[in-house]
Amino acid sequence: MSAPRRVVVTGLGAVTALGLDVAQFRDSLLAGRCGIRPLETVDRAGLRFTNGAEVGGFAPGEHFTEKQLDLLDRFAQFGLVAAREAVRDSGLEWTPHLRESAAVVTGSSLGGKTYEEQAYAGLFGEEKRRPHPLTVPRGMSNAAASHISMEFGVRGPVYNVSTACASSNHALGQAFWMVRSGAAELALAGGCESPFLHGHLRMWEGLRVVSPDTCRPFSKDRRGMILGEGGAMMVLEPLDAALGRGARVHAEVVGFGMSADAHHVTQPSAEGAARAVAAALRDAGVRPEQVGYVNAHGTATTANDPVETEALRLVFREHASRLAVSSTKSMHGHALGAAGAIEAVATALALREGFLPPTANFTEPDPACDLDYVPNEARRAEVEYAVSNSFAFGGLNAVLVLRRWEGGK
Amino acid sequence: MKENTQEAIEERVKRAVAAASHTAAERLTLDTTFAELDMTSLDALALIADLEEEFGVEIPNEDAMSLGDVRQAVECVRGLTAGEASGVGQA
Repeated sequence: MSAPRRVVVTGLGAVTALGLDVAQFRDSLLAGRCGIRPLETVDRAGLRFTNGAEVGGFAPGEHFTEKQLDLLDRFAQFGLVAAREAVRDSGLEWTPHLRESAAVVTGSSLGGKTYEEQAYAGLFGEEKRRPHPLTVPRGMSNAAASHISMEFGVRGPVYNVSTACASSNHALGQAFWMVRSGAAELALAGGCESPFLHGHLRMWEGLRVVSPDTCRPFSKDRRGMILGEGGAMMVLEPLDAALGRGARVHAEVVGFGMSADAHHVTQPSAEGAARAVAAALRDAGVRPEQVGYVNAHGTATTANDPVETEALRLVFREHASRLAVSSTKSMHGHALGAAGAIEAVATALALREGFLPPTANFTEPDPACDLDYVPNEARRAEVEYAVSNSFAFGGLNAVLVLRRWEGGK
Repeated sequence: MKENTQEAIEERVKRAVAAASHTAAERLTLDTTFAELDMTSLDALALIADLEEEFGVEIPNEDAMSLGDVRQAVECVRGLTAGEASGVGQA
């Protein structure tokens, strides 16, 4: 059997609360800018939490025709815009062979809720209006994957993964493994989500995990997560193909690991999370002490942050005290199914440009969270290996390991 | 209009706890803890939502997470309904 192929990231795309493209996203991460604001795209009346990390200034009409928009819910728009940026950034040229052997794997937990909520409101309201005939294809959670495949003519494996807050880490991991094994010659992978719908937000209220003010991961006075929206995509290809066409390499993907807690539907387990991190390091062939940075799941809920800290201590032991750990959700919010992809892009940028994105809004340390969380200000650091964590409701964990690209060493 | 006497509040809170824990209301006393009833954090979320609906109040997250027995739930609701009554008086 031939050795597994090395897989590199040659294209990045991101549309988030920190900007409409990767350049703005990077500048915001470096500046430690927080994209959390009072919600504007949804009626705040009657909502218990009124802040979120919305994509400001996003004008769908600049990206799509009216006819296209008839079929694109907001989450799919984000996915397509991010995919276009990633493909443009990669500079790749599609050939008939590449189109047939390329994959698209997206992560979205919710799918499109905009038209579905409108449909229910009409259906169960006074007027008993019939739903729009295209409500089903607009809302299906694979809509972004399908539209991306149609836009670029990708005809290989195309699917969506829906594992709540771990969706796009699972998606990126699947894509990475397919490219590494040769099951796909290239993959466009990432995720997209748009949770800011009145009915959906009311459902989050009941869980009491959303902060009434802002997101302060690992701080003693944290009050919960802040929801976010957006899309992020990566172009993954075999190293040989990337070098062969002279592509710019942002980072190398070296490992992916998964686990399930089999424990509780909302309470995380340190042991379960630790097994996913350990599995990813094993897959990468990387020792814990080689890792310099962890982009944490870091939701700022009461439950996640100490449990994630404990999980990192279980895996990294004494090296944990030397690790830099940050939660970029403090800036771009928790974009649920898109979170893993947004954070993978942040991690790739951190490796490429030699900085550690901060945990914004950090106030005071929590004795139960005793690692270096890179509080409030980005830090210069050349890190070789970085880990990006995603842990989902339902106890599903997915972890990526990325490596700084140093010209093939 | 529903009564807000101490007894009436206790009765209504017990009914909500009974429903959330799948227990008979007659079994409950003020000292019954949620742990004794095998209530999980998710059962507690359902109870808090029921109490809010039943009494027309909004229980803040911090208070909601600190409730551990029937008495605390009664006190929490009583405090919030009393607060409302005084608010009306001031208007």
